[in-house]
Amino acid sequence: MPDIKEVQTEFKPKILAFCCNWCAYAGADLAGVSRFQMPTNVRVIRVMCSGRVPPELVIRALANGLDGVMILGCHPGDCHYSEGNYLTRRRAHVLKRLLSYIGIEPERFQLRWVSAAEGAKFSAVVKEATDKITALGPNRWVDKK
Amino acid sequence: MAAPRIGVFICHCGTNIGGIVDVPEVVDYAKKLPYVVHAEANLYTCSEEGISAIKEAIKEYDLNRVVVASCTPRTHQPLFRNACADAGLNPYLFEFVNIREHCSWIHMHDRREATEKAKELVKMGVAKARWLEAQEEFESGVYPAAMVIGGGVAGMSAALNLANQGFEVHLVEKEPELGGRLLKLNRIFTINKAPDELVDSMVKAVQGHSKIKLHMPAVVKAASGYIGNFDVSIDEDGQETSVKVGVIIVATGAQVLEPELYSYGKLDNVLTQLGLEQRLKDGKLGEFQNVVMINCVGARIPERPYCSRLCCMTAIKNAALMKEINPKAQVYVLHRDLMTYGVEFEEYYRKAREAGVRFIRYTLSNPPQVMGAKRVEAVKVYDELMDMEVELSCNLLVLATPLIPNADNEELSKMLKVPIGDGGFFLEAHVKLRPVEFAMDGIYVAGSCRWPADIKESIAQGYAAASEAAIPLRQGAVRVEAITATVDPKTCKGCGTCVLVCPFDAIELKESKIKGLEGKIVSEVNAALCKGCGLCAAACPNRAIQQRGFTDMQLLSMVNALSGKR
Repeated sequence: MPDIKEVQTEFKPKILAFCCNWCAYAGADLAGVSRFQMPTNVRVIRVMCSGRVPPELVIRALANGLDGVMILGCHPGDCHYSEGNYLTRRRAHVLKRLLSYIGIEPERFQLRWVSAAEGAKFSAVVKEATDKITALGPNRWVDKK
Repeated sequence: MAAPRIGVFICHCGTNIGGIVDVPEVVDYAKKLPYVVHAEANLYTCSEEGISAIKEAIKEYDLNRVVVASCTPRTHQPLFRNACADAGLNPYLFEFVNIREHCSWIHMHDRREATEKAKELVKMGVAKARWLEAQEEFESGVYPAAMVIGGGVAGMSAALNLANQGFEVHLVEKEPELGGRLLKLNRIFTINKAPDELVDSMVKAVQGHSKIKLHMPAVVKAASGYIGNFDVSIDEDGQETSVKVGVIIVATGAQVLEPELYSYGKLDNVLTQLGLEQRLKDGKLGEFQNVVMINCVGARIPERPYCSRLCCMTAIKNAALMKEINPKAQVYVLHRDLMTYGVEFEEYYRKAREAGVRFIRYTLSNPPQVMGAKRVEAVKVYDELMDMEVELSCNLLVLATPLIPNADNEELSKMLKVPIGDGGFFLEAHVKLRPVEFAMDGIYVAGSCRWPADIKESIAQGYAAASEAAIPLRQGAVRVEAITATVDPKTCKGCGTCVLVCPFDAIELKESKIKGLEGKIVSEVNAALCKGCGLCAAACPNRAIQQRGFTDMQLLSMVNALSGKR
């Protein structure tokens, strides 16, 4: 009965964030330079553009048992590569529906826009995601299979 | 390919990382990770000592991969890549792990969790490093011309500097006159002279320079390209022209806030400092006896929290001048704090006091009150030192308002793909280390469009931006980071999805000329056009196209490392 055991210990979700190099990663750097304190649950993978992240990779991360995955990119209209984040936005929409179809709570995946100047927003996004995923509980998808 | 031999270097960054993350614990952890043959801690990995430690370890342990866990790749990646190259290791066999901005600095109160997170980040970096491959950089030419946007002191200084170095410069100014905000000033601090002398000599030098092509009045309409190769289209007097340049300097300045406070715009004896200067300049001020100036009007308030830096000096300048014009006048400056940094400015302030200008401090919670129905007749202010409210007779009220960003900053920022910061001013690549460059290569920033700057600072920044911009111009070529896309013609099915998603038209479907695949339609990447976004790699249904440095295998290995899978 793994459930009972896990309820007794505090649940600390593990969340992955793909950050684009130009906006979100820079925003995360700014959060650091500004010493904004935030939960320790999020790990960042740097990609050049949010549009580099294939949906399969998000699914793989969740299927592996990570509790949440975020893609953080430039605000619409601000993409360093003109239109990469538009692709991301369209993919995210389909991906959320696909996740619920295969039995993963779509809230475990989030797309957020963070500019290079938004250190405070980055920390707010980290807090929000941590709270949301904590409330959602551990990712059980692997156990179900 | 030889078996991976990974070396890991964990930086203390003094106490920045070491004071929070248990660095020795992370080193011990790294030593046990797959393919790691060496791990060590450095006090500062970016110091000369740290760099030589990397080079020595590459030789001693025969490393073919290097991982540094320290600050951010956005500032320090070139340094560590060069260290690898110096030691004979291809610089693309280097991987960066950020445990400062993304860990120690944001988890200062949870040392245990910060250490655990640092370990995991290192694990992910090592997992990616195992799949790194050597890459060769591509060289791209630089068109030997520059564009300077803005013809104020900052822009003119930059343009002259580049032109004097022999480069062709396109100077774009939206007004029909060069000189920017300076044209409106009556006198300049601290030399108390009219700005004409300074502006005139600069304008003449710009206008007479054979290397400077003036576009005036003109605005930038669109821009595309990258360092060395920008195409900028400008609207010059209703006519659209396209200009090719290698670098761009943004020096568009700022504007003075027109406040909606203290009856400004309602009572006619209320002016801004700039309005006062204009009247003085035009000789239209007329008689006055008692002058009250209020500083920080619309500045350092919740919706506009920054200090504009120049307004205190402007108020002191004009207060002293009023006293000079009419020595019998009572001149009061109501301020919150006085920013008179440096020896020169403090001395200027002291002289104004000696000349009889009175300074009274007020607080934001208790601002001055304007009295009078048709004209300002008096100003009431609570004097903190005397601990009482005083009423100052006033027949001229002058408001010191901050510089605010130009309304078209946002439009320009979208066109050039350069960021603007919280307040609406342009945001440089690094607050300390790269003050006049944007994160976007080949675009630079100078003057008050970045932050309120006085004349001396604007000129210095103009020179600085010009000298940075001259580097690629002088070298004639820039090395393009080897993160471009590559196609495996064997697995490519020629569906063309990558061609559709590429924003740079860098991919074409072509008949393969590779032996054994002759005649097969496959994608081909033009490395000169590829900007390394990786959109194609994410879109390829057959995983036939990959982005160097961000391959599927590299990203997947990081995901797997984080989730404890192999």
